[in-house]
This record gives sequence, C-alpha cells and structure tokens, in this order.
Amino acid sequence: MTLDLAVIASNWRFLLVQGLLGVGAFGGGTLALAIPTIVLGFVLGIGVALARLSARPWLHQPASLYVLVIRGVPLVMVVFWFWFFIPIATGVPLPQYWVALVAFVVFEAAYLGEIIRAGIQSVPRGQVEAAGATGLRYADTMRFVVLPQAVRNMLPSLVTQFIILVKDTSLASIIGYMDLTKAAQTVNQREIRPFELYLFIAVVYWLLCYGMSQGSRALDRRMGAPARAAAETGP
Amino acid sequence: MPRPFLALAYQFQWSILWTSPYGGWLLQGILTTLKLTVLGWVLAAALGAVFGAVRTVPSRFLRGVGGVYVEIFRNVPLLVWMFLWYFGVPQILPAAAQEWLNRHNGELIAAVAALGVYHGARLAEVVRAGIQSIPSTQLEAALSTGLTLTQAYRLVLVPIALRLIVPPLTNESLNLLKNSSLALTISVAETTFMTRQIESYTAKGFEALTAGTLIYLGLCLGVSAVMARIEHRVAIPGLIVRGGGAEH
Repeated sequence: MTLDLAVIASNWRFLLVQGLLGVGAFGGGTLALAIPTIVLGFVLGIGVALARLSARPWLHQPASLYVLVIRGVPLVMVVFWFWFFIPIATGVPLPQYWVALVAFVVFEAAYLGEIIRAGIQSVPRGQVEAAGATGLRYADTMRFVVLPQAVRNMLPSLVTQFIILVKDTSLASIIGYMDLTKAAQTVNQREIRPFELYLFIAVVYWLLCYGMSQGSRALDRRMGAPARAAAETGP
Repeated sequence: MPRPFLALAYQFQWSILWTSPYGGWLLQGILTTLKLTVLGWVLAAALGAVFGAVRTVPSRFLRGVGGVYVEIFRNVPLLVWMFLWYFGVPQILPAAAQEWLNRHNGELIAAVAALGVYHGARLAEVVRAGIQSIPSTQLEAALSTGLTLTQAYRLVLVPIALRLIVPPLTNESLNLLKNSSLALTISVAETTFMTRQIESYTAKGFEALTAGTLIYLGLCLGVSAVMARIEHRVAIPGLIVRGGGAEH
C-alpha cells in the first residue's frame, strides 16, 4: 500500500481555500465559522458568568440551569436541536452557516462562561471593594478592574477552550456546512482516497491547533498573570 | 397545537417514544453508547496512564515520546480521527484484515479506537498534572527505601496521583461519554443515531431530540454522582485542595 499524494496535489487548493477559508462557490469555511463563534461565544460567556455570579436568583438560577443542561449533552445534540427547531420557529430554513453559528455559540458560551467565572473568582475581593471605595459603579468595576485581571488569569484555559472550539467546528459538516471536513468528504466522494485526504486535513487541523497552543504560551509569557510561573495547561 | 411563536403548526405525539419499535431503538442506542464509552474509556485510561506517567520520568527520550503522542492526538478533531480510523485505515490494511473488520463490527472498532486514542492523549495530560502535583520528596523517599524507579511509580506515585485526579478524570470521562455521539457519523447505532432514525421515520423531531437530550443528561448526572462518591471515598485525608484543581 502506497500513499497516493497526487490526490492531495490536485485537491489541496480546494481543501484549503474552500474548506478552511470559505472562499469559493460553496461559501462555508472552517475559519469563517470558528472566528465569529469565538468572538460571540466569548461575549455571551461573559454574560453567563456575570449571571452565574449574580446575587439575584432570577439571574443565577436560569444561568446555572443553562450551563448544567448544555454541559450534560453532546454538541451534536445541540446542533440537531437548532437544525430541527429554527425552521419550525421561524418558518424559514436558515442556511447551515447560521444554524451552526447559533448552535456553536450557545454551546461554547456555557463552557467559556464557566472559565470566565473561575477567572473572575480568582480576582481578590479587595480589588472590588477598593474599586467601590473610589466611587466606581458595578459596570465600571467589572470593565476596568475585575475583567482585565480576570482575563490575565484565565488566558491559558480560555485559549484551550478556543482550540477545542476550532476542533468542534468540524461537526458543522454533519449538517452539510462546507468546512474543511466536509470539503475532504466531498473530494473523497470523487477520488475514493480516504486515507490520504483525511490525513491531509488532520495535518491542517493539527497545524492550526498546535499553532494556537504555542501562540497562547507566548502570549501568556508576555501578558499573563505574573504569579503563575510554570503552571501551564493544555487543551 | 400551534403556538403563537411557531410559524408552522406542530403536533406533539410523545407516545412514539415508548411505542414499538422506537422505544426499543432508544434502549439499544443507550446500550451501544455505554458499550462505546466503557470500551473507549478502558483504552483511553490505559494509554493515558502510560503516556502521562512517561511524561514525568527523568529520561528525556521517554518524555519526548509521551509529548509527541499527546500533541499529535489531541490537536486534531475527534470527528477527523473517526473518519481516519473508519474510512482511512482499512485502505492501508491487507485485504484479509479489511474483510475481518467488515465481518466484526468494523465501525464499532473504529469508533472505540478513535475515542480511546483521542481521549488517551487528554487523560495523559490529567495524569501528568496529577503526578507533577505530588511533592518530589515522595519520589525521593521511595527511591531511598530501595525501590527502583518503576516500583516507585507503580507503588507510590501512580496510586497517589490516581486519588488526586478524580475530579478532572470525571470530567474527561463525561467528555468521552458525550463524544461517543460522534460515532453516529460512521453509522454506529448509538443514542444520537437512534434519535435521528426515530426522527426520520416518524417526523417527530421534537420528541426524539427531547428523549436523546434527557438520556445524555441522565447518563452524565448519573456518572457525576457515582464519581462524587468515589472522590469522597478515595480523597487523601489532610489535603486542603483535592484534585488537580481543574474547574472542569
């Protein structure tokens, strides 16, 4: 058995340009889905974390239930829920991109929210009290005092979750979204060279995720919390 | 019953969940999910224990081997591993082996291999963190009593680490359980697969998805409850912070 690299040579452009970047006739793209999910998931995650930490029961109870349920079911299940439910709720079937984006944001925000909550809780209480003493309101205390320190503390776990998120976007292929995985499946239907094609996209994903983890280490050394010397965590 | 916010009317029919054959499908799905999870977990635990321990030994070469395993397998999506194990690997096997796989649930074997090797890499990190959290004086004390390095690992470090890592181990086990749902893409008839199948046979997506969701929630909460008891039982007395300190 020999590897047939010709199949990669003639298809790598489609796999990368269409599948990874999402430029081409099919739209799609792994990065076109992953990057907005990271941004929106992070924003929603902050909301979830603040709601979970709130003293008001009508805020923290629903938020806790949301985190419990989402973390108790597989991502595929959440994707299928939105895939099934959005057309019924809105009357129009949304394109796969929007279904995937909504499902991923809702799913990842539960995990990101827990990381952000832990980060916020790692900031000493005295910081909040000092901010209050200088006359800052809750929103300003969060924005200028707590969150900047919290982000430094949670940087490694945050990036780990972003790496998991990038890997998770491969599940969008299940509902037909043209990401890197779907692109490989599409090419494979014509070429029937699964080993070479899936190995190739595995390498692409690997470079992406390993690159992110190395980048996060460099970033953490530059702007991470000074107290945390060698305590590194991986994805 | 049409609701104001629903553009299309939807008739609920919960009874399909316990009518034949759909109820049986769900039960079969649960059993297959458990089978995948248990087999995948055994493989992952074995790989994780070996490679995690190896990443802490004095030998630079062995540490490197452990690091290569972890970095290769955890940085590629599990779905891609599933496809690679199921569609790709048979392509490079001899014809006799391919035939054997076709006759012996090749898709289940591929799914277990993908789950075990992927989560093995993640468990290796949990085990490594656990061993590294043990003060080095424990190893020195063990060696000074005349134990060899292998004995010190087997009799002292690994048993302590196992007791320390129960919380992150629980998390990883739950991840493995949830990730077993990806086996539906290589047509293993586990819970999510059965949910989809019921939906396509009956067009009762809402009921089918609710059943699937409740099954996973029940399994996850059940495993958490069992592991919490185990954590309590094996906790090392006198330690303030139990576990590897992982939040999830």
